Amino acid sequence: MDVLIDNADLLLAAFGVTLKLVVVAGLLSLAWGTVLAAMRVGPIRVLQLAGGVYVTLFRNTPLLIILLLIFFGLPKFGITWGYFWPNVIALTLYTSSFVCEALRAGVNSIPLGQAEASRSLGMTFGQSMREVILPQAFRAVVPPLASVLIALTKNTSLVAIFGLPDLTARMKDLLTDHASDLIWIFFGFALAYVVIVEVISLIATIIERRWRVA
Amino acid sequence: MAASVLFDAPGPKTRARHRLYAVISTIALAGIGALVLWRLWIAGQFDPDLWEPFVTPRIVNALLWGLGQTLLMAVVAVLGAVILGFVLGIAKLSDHALVRWPSWLVVEFFRAVPLFMLIIGTWYLLGPQPGGNGYWAVVIGLWLYNGAVIAEITRAGIAALPRGQAEAAYALGMRKSTVMQLILLPQAVKIMLPAIISQSIVALKDTSLGYAVLAPGLTFIGKQVFGEFRNIIPTALVMAATYIMLNLLLTWLATWAQKRFAGEKKIEVTTVAAVGLSSAAESGAPGGGL
Repeated sequence: MDVLIDNADLLLAAFGVTLKLVVVAGLLSLAWGTVLAAMRVGPIRVLQLAGGVYVTLFRNTPLLIILLLIFFGLPKFGITWGYFWPNVIALTLYTSSFVCEALRAGVNSIPLGQAEASRSLGMTFGQSMREVILPQAFRAVVPPLASVLIALTKNTSLVAIFGLPDLTARMKDLLTDHASDLIWIFFGFALAYVVIVEVISLIATIIERRWRVA
Repeated sequence: MAASVLFDAPGPKTRARHRLYAVISTIALAGIGALVLWRLWIAGQFDPDLWEPFVTPRIVNALLWGLGQTLLMAVVAVLGAVILGFVLGIAKLSDHALVRWPSWLVVEFFRAVPLFMLIIGTWYLLGPQPGGNGYWAVVIGLWLYNGAVIAEITRAGIAALPRGQAEAAYALGMRKSTVMQLILLPQAVKIMLPAIISQSIVALKDTSLGYAVLAPGLTFIGKQVFGEFRNIIPTALVMAATYIMLNLLLTWLATWAQKRFAGEKKIEVTTVAAVGLSSAAESGAPGGGL
């Protein structure tokens, strides 16, 4: 216990690093994943194919290997952006493939009859999109997107291998110096992750409840 | 009408515009691909010296041995996780609060904690040396994490059965344990099988974490290969290709099992793996785990 109190500043700084990674990589993944999903559900065959290939490749490669490729690969292209950005890029490339699939599944979960019915009621294409299709699609993607962001939170722990002082890296440092307090250190740092995970899940529950069909 | 909820059937003008977009995007994609290959070429990444190890018997054998270790690790991890998951999943459904609450807590905790952190913690608990300790740290980490996820899959699988099944069995005078063993579990396993295979994909990908705790496996051997030949990009690409092929095989197996055993009832791994969210979704696209 004392170890955690003595190193509270360390823990807090590490929490900040992890949180920053989650937020930055999370936002970038949502953006890039949306682009990919648009490619996959759009009418252009070439883009559908390209999106499909991207998702297959990145979803089936271990994150560790993507991190290796980006972290050691970018300098070979003459790009040296320190430690933070290569980690963020690798996390984004990986996570966005799951974001894309979550969004695509959400759109596909809307039965075709919904679009047909709204159009035969005389709604314009824009109205049918705004009033019928997209609201249902948004609701359908909230739980899977939350799972993706929670997975991202846990996956940020891998940056410890690539030089960032995040929660896992700091835990490892402390374990090296204070082997006897292993349980306290482990649960203390684990709790920090649980906090982020629970916050994401709480936000998702609130959004889900607010958008629920009456 | 259109084949998608997102757009109407295109008319001649729209089709012409789509063709234009198709041409532009083909050129753009080809351009990006060519640029990457060209930069790799300039950086000397296609130098035969860097790729030669992968046709050298000594290195190929080492990599195959690493792959064997990885596969063995994945099998041990998944088998253990399935056993642990069944136990925890059934315990969560127990009538006794003293059994139900602790198992709930264990499941929630190990689903929320990063697997990598779990592995590092276990490694330090066992003593942070290379070899056996690293191997068991990864395996134990995978047991705990995947066990927690499979516990949720088990719960969702049993919940997906019609209530009448258990009620009829009780009406016939069966005891609780008999109902579970003879009526519920055999049917639930069929529904759970695709989700468990999808979770095995996650477990297989996660064996790559052996890299950081010096556990024998593909990524650990890969590290030694690129350490010796200074060819990290080719090595990483070869490892990525290996994992992708294995995972596509498992994906295909999961789809087959879905059709053969589970039919319409589907457990979404991505949703089950999340904490605090409604866990059983019965429709949607095939879920690859994270």
